[in-house]
Amino acid sequence: MPDEQKQTPPLPQDESTRREVFGKLGLGCMLAAGAGSLAFGYEFLSPNVLYEPSPITNAGKPDQYPVGSVTTNAEAGIYIVHGPEGFYALSATCTHLGCRTAWAPELGLIACPCHGSRFNQDGVKVAGPAPNPLPWLKVSISDEGDLIVDRSTVVPPRQFLRT
Amino acid sequence: MARSFQNYLGDLRESRVWQSIFRSGSGPSNLHRSQAIQQNLFLHLFSVKSRRSSLAIGVTWYLGTLSFVTFLILVATGIPLMLYYHPSVPQAYADMKDLQFAVSAGLFLRNLHRWSAHAMVLLVFAHMFRVFYRGAYRPPREFNWVIGVMLLLVTLFLSYTGYLLPWDQLAFWAITVGSNIMSAVPLLGPKIRFLTLGGNTVNANALLRFYVLHCVILPLAGGMLVGIHFWRIRKDGGLYSGKSREENQPKSEPAA
Repeated sequence: MPDEQKQTPPLPQDESTRREVFGKLGLGCMLAAGAGSLAFGYEFLSPNVLYEPSPITNAGKPDQYPVGSVTTNAEAGIYIVHGPEGFYALSATCTHLGCRTAWAPELGLIACPCHGSRFNQDGVKVAGPAPNPLPWLKVSISDEGDLIVDRSTVVPPRQFLRT
Repeated sequence: MARSFQNYLGDLRESRVWQSIFRSGSGPSNLHRSQAIQQNLFLHLFSVKSRRSSLAIGVTWYLGTLSFVTFLILVATGIPLMLYYHPSVPQAYADMKDLQFAVSAGLFLRNLHRWSAHAMVLLVFAHMFRVFYRGAYRPPREFNWVIGVMLLLVTLFLSYTGYLLPWDQLAFWAITVGSNIMSAVPLLGPKIRFLTLGGNTVNANALLRFYVLHCVILPLAGGMLVGIHFWRIRKDGGLYSGKSREENQPKSEPAA
């Protein structure tokens, strides 16, 4: 040990050797590259443009829905209900695990085929594992007088549209 | 006197072509026999010597080997199926029906793929129960148990991703339900679902992602893990014989 100390004088405590500095630099570069790859991969895997159906549905003229009717729009995955207080729209997607529910007129209920959840026509759960009621969706009237349902906008329950 | 088949086989093994392919040469000695294992890319993962008792069927019921064989069947049947299957929304279901009714041997390949997939899940579980109840997961085989759990996950993910590919009602709603279960993960759930499906609904992007996972990423991951799993059997002292490490030490008693 004393011989070695003669060849390389000890460094002051807060200094590192050249090898340590380059080692840390290399490690830092690899960590930065790894973090960059993760960020890059995450960005790559998240699509920026989606070719999914529009959430806005034109449900046609209001007068085709008689009072007291529940109409399924299978393509949009919504129910258009014309109750005594007015129009409203419910999502037909079960709040449990996303299956498509169906209006069962003989029961007067909306039923999910997957795990047996049932909702009344206000969207309130009456049976099964669903954690939440069916969401009420925004309904409006277009300039042409058509019913417009926006699936992407959930409104508080019991907001009726009167025509 | 006619030369026997053994003679011809012997001549073949002496030939220059044979010896250029199989590096170990041939011969009856233990050295030759061990070289035949060591110098073969596939066999060198395995032990050169095994205890005869550990190869009895009652020890393992060959469940690990059977799991691997079903994996090989799935690769061998899956690759031909890929030649007639387009992972796109308008074509996937029709291609699956074509495989059943229009492609020669398509029904056989598809059914073999499907039944082997069910069998593989069953065999992997049976293998794990067998290893667990015999206590074969204990040191020094702890890490190989962990690899085995990873292989279980790969098996289940392969099952799950393959389930979407027929693109029928069963597939669509199963993946809808499954991906909604994913979104129950705290905080990250909805993001995981979005990245897995490549969108908000089970659609074209989801079909393509599941196809790539099913045909490329998961089989490669599974293949690598299988390699490590087999190699670790050797490194951890061969198949578990049901004895502790001390009892396993070779004794100087004469062989029966």
